[in-house]
Amino acid sequence: MPENVLVIGGGVAGIQASLDLAERGTLVHLVERTPSLGGRMAQLDKTFPTNDCSICILAPKMAECYGHPNINVMTYSEVQEVTGSAGNFTVVVLKKSRYVDESICTGCGKCSEKCPKKVPNEFEMGLDVRKAIYRPFPQAVPPTHTIDRENCIYFDTGKCKACEKFCEAGAVNFEMEDQLLEIEVGAIIVATGYDVWDPTEAAEYGYGKYPNIYTSLEFERLMNASGPTKGHIQRRSDEKEPKTVAFIQCVGARNAQVGHPYCCSVCCMYSTKESMLMKEHGDIKCTIFYKDLRAFGKGFYEYVERAKTDYDVEYVNSDATVEGETESGNLIVAYDVEGKRATKEFETVVLATCLIPREDAPELAKILGIDTDVYHFFDVADRILKPLDTKVDGIFVAGYCQSPVDIPEAVAQGSGAAARASETAGEKPKAAEAVKEAIT
Amino acid sequence: MNEEAPNEEAKETEEVTEDEEAEEKSPEEQTVDLPTERRVGVFVCHCGSNIGGVVDVPSVAEYARTLPGVVYAEDNLYTCADDGLKAIQNGIKEHNLNRVVVASCTPRTHAPLFQSTCEEAGLNKYLFTFVNIREHCSWVHMKEPEKATEKARELVRMGVARVKLLEPFEELKNPVEPKALVIGGGVSGMNAAKSIANQGFPVYLVEREDKLGGFVRLLNNLYLGGGDTMETIQPLIDDVASNENIEVLLSSEVKNVDGYVGDFDVTIDVNGEDKNVKVGSVIVATGALEYIPDGLFGYGMYDNVVTLTEFEIMCRVKKLPPKVRSIAFIQCVGSRGQKVSYCSRICCNVATKNALNIVENYNEMLGKLEDVESVPVELHAPEEVMQRRRRRRRRPDGAPRSAEERRIAHQVEVYVFNRTMTTYGVEHELYYNRARESGVRFVRYRYERPPTVTREGDQLIVTYYHETLKVERKLAVDMVVLSTPLVPQEDAKDISQMLKVPLGPSGFFLEAHVKLRPVDFATDGIFICGTAKGPADITESVLQGLATASRAGSLMKKGYVQAEVLTPQIDVDRCIGCGICESVCPYKAIVVKRGDKGLKAEVIPAACKGCGTCGASCPMKAITMSNYTDEQLTIEGISSLREVPV
Repeated sequence: MPENVLVIGGGVAGIQASLDLAERGTLVHLVERTPSLGGRMAQLDKTFPTNDCSICILAPKMAECYGHPNINVMTYSEVQEVTGSAGNFTVVVLKKSRYVDESICTGCGKCSEKCPKKVPNEFEMGLDVRKAIYRPFPQAVPPTHTIDRENCIYFDTGKCKACEKFCEAGAVNFEMEDQLLEIEVGAIIVATGYDVWDPTEAAEYGYGKYPNIYTSLEFERLMNASGPTKGHIQRRSDEKEPKTVAFIQCVGARNAQVGHPYCCSVCCMYSTKESMLMKEHGDIKCTIFYKDLRAFGKGFYEYVERAKTDYDVEYVNSDATVEGETESGNLIVAYDVEGKRATKEFETVVLATCLIPREDAPELAKILGIDTDVYHFFDVADRILKPLDTKVDGIFVAGYCQSPVDIPEAVAQGSGAAARASETAGEKPKAAEAVKEAIT
Repeated sequence: MNEEAPNEEAKETEEVTEDEEAEEKSPEEQTVDLPTERRVGVFVCHCGSNIGGVVDVPSVAEYARTLPGVVYAEDNLYTCADDGLKAIQNGIKEHNLNRVVVASCTPRTHAPLFQSTCEEAGLNKYLFTFVNIREHCSWVHMKEPEKATEKARELVRMGVARVKLLEPFEELKNPVEPKALVIGGGVSGMNAAKSIANQGFPVYLVEREDKLGGFVRLLNNLYLGGGDTMETIQPLIDDVASNENIEVLLSSEVKNVDGYVGDFDVTIDVNGEDKNVKVGSVIVATGALEYIPDGLFGYGMYDNVVTLTEFEIMCRVKKLPPKVRSIAFIQCVGSRGQKVSYCSRICCNVATKNALNIVENYNEMLGKLEDVESVPVELHAPEEVMQRRRRRRRRPDGAPRSAEERRIAHQVEVYVFNRTMTTYGVEHELYYNRARESGVRFVRYRYERPPTVTREGDQLIVTYYHETLKVERKLAVDMVVLSTPLVPQEDAKDISQMLKVPLGPSGFFLEAHVKLRPVDFATDGIFICGTAKGPADITESVLQGLATASRAGSLMKKGYVQAEVLTPQIDVDRCIGCGICESVCPYKAIVVKRGDKGLKAEVIPAACKGCGTCGASCPMKAITMSNYTDEQLTIEGISSLREVPV
């Protein structure tokens, strides 16, 4: 039986699972869809309730994964097919061509500098542009560049190749082809994380219509020292620093009408964090409009209390919507005060937008033969006794893809799934067990 | 001090001769005779704009080049990124560096990375020094970039002075005993034990009570619609009890734990008899208690005021008081700033489960309707409110409902007084919605104005302030259930002292890193799961148990640990055997023993964490910390003021 494990998803849950397994000598194939490990945590500015710099604490783990002799990191890759059963899965992985030789590229960045094609930067939530040949963020792992074929001028018109000309290492290779790899593993851990719901659908928040409204993840990038504005909080419309910011909670969440009646578990805390940190960015007054303030983790309630007393964050217990925009680009926020409707002007609005399972979660579930619930979270076998097992033996889940969790829970689940996978890898073959059962 | 101490001698814990002459020299004279040429490389990190946005990083690198002994210096956008690490390795190879300084962020997260990078390039990792110019310069002096830059230069100067005196050490590997000790036989401990056992390692599972199960044994059911708790967890208990790799020790307590990662000596009191075992890892799964709200909301005064857990017990044994038709749950009793500072995480979920359970299964839970004589009445409600109620109670045809009809319609009244409903996630939030739809009334109260509970005749009266209507209201109920927080076990402190692991501010065990090491202790080889770490529901406790099983399993499967190298060296001639070092050592890593030369301190290198407390407290200066010698620290100190020529 191969003592190998496939981990799908290179975010913090997948990274933790991989490191735990690799440390014990298990060979791990870590498949990540984007060009870099890191997942959502890499995009966050700081983390609650300690306000640690997110990428600073994650980057060493990413590097450790990449450098670990027992981890085969496959970025820019996708799982296409899974057959077999616990102990003997055969997995087909599509390793997409990045048109840059990972082993030669020095990451100098000259190619991107010279590339004439600009496209919206996904890592910066579209607040910035990147080139068609790019490294998603400075600490990306692997540090190599990737040509995004859809936007490359050469692939479109047959001309350009600027990157190739300027690459001193000779790492650019337009002839590179996608590869289909077949790997044998004993167990599979699924840790695909979350997407952000697009609040454009909900007209009452004015997102997409008024420029100075941001989703929380956009705002994380805006706050980040390596982000599009180098950490300066400035509005989309006029690049001015806002003096007042409203945070509206539960946008598209706890809302059955848009199909997400659940609570995302983390938004009350990250909005509190973002509000607190605003004091480090300028003289910015923050107001949080919430339904229920859910500060339930270790040290979280104390953190919220600190936000109120030491950081002058105002909490208003009300639903809120954005009613309109003033000439100066400010937003009119409508909310309830003791049952009566009130409005107030804010210079910027941040929407704590619902975090939803990845768009292709049902598709992946189908490939794996596992179930999802109606919201597309991966189903577990038994919420109480087997919270990380799926209905298929040998396939486990970890992190936000199975239900809303914060970072430490995702990490614990990554470890937990690694433990379950290790049990499977060490288990006697099914047949023997069945025989034993038949005898007794 | 002897330069370039041979490795063998470094490994030994005694007999490092003190150079009397160096001792006598004044600090200014304490410059250096270095037997081999020092070739120092300095790598200064921008950390994107984290450092580079404030500190003039290229100028710091340029300054470093001028320092004696520095043969190479450069600045990197991210020294921790792959190209930065390559730069260090290339520097070592191309410039023949034998000492490396990285000036960047914090050694807490990044030292191991840079050290292993040096090692891969063939440089002993103890010849590396970390200088923090982010936390110590750019972050704290962000408004004064010039001074921050100046300070960064000085810190680099100190680092360079220090690194030149560092000595190489070789690491020792200690084997790991492939057995585990799990303290606590609740759900988290059982899951940890079961998983470790299934990974192939023997486990001792120690439970104080005479049966497995822990806190959940008290509970009625674990989730809505779930059967009896014991039925739910019995398969787990059976698995654990029948697993041949698990030795379940009931009615037992861990009396003492000595040793260190990979090699713990454990004494367990098993039914009054001592049992000694050796294990490689220890998992703390000792659980928590429910806070008893004596004196709060009539608890202890009125019979029908109970805690949430007591209510669960009553439901489980089917002994709810007769004639209960109305129940008020009060949330955050004692928590969130009242008696304890924290939110207890699970109580809103548990109260919602119970509230829903009652309205959906009232006949079964509370007895048949026919037996009921009284229905709750509201006292002193303002006329305005009564009108609203009467309107609501009208039939579609406009006629008010009779008392009898009302009784049937309402069957049972359930209120949940809360400060905010913390039904996070998917399942709990859906239950909260269902509870509201089923007629459970959630009433918000504020910390400043909590409800009160009194008694009038047979009825309990909850007096509360209606936040929306701005009126005080009274509600007569048959029973009041207080949701109190989970609090640490009474002996958490004893366990923490026995294992030398810390408790956090609320008295729960404190993990190594709140984000990235949620089930590790800072002490290697000891792990934490379940409610001993803080409030958690059953699912969370289970998966934390599994997480510790992975951490401990990895350690045991790997089979060895690297021992701390930077341990104290004891000068036996100077040592007077006073025992101060032994008394201050937090890791039990130094002991005073009688030998040929009388009482002398002796180090247990494998237990030592290299903290240096012993060295600092020795009145005879008989203890020297490897790579933190007086000489090294003095030179570093002097360098903060001026350049020290070498």
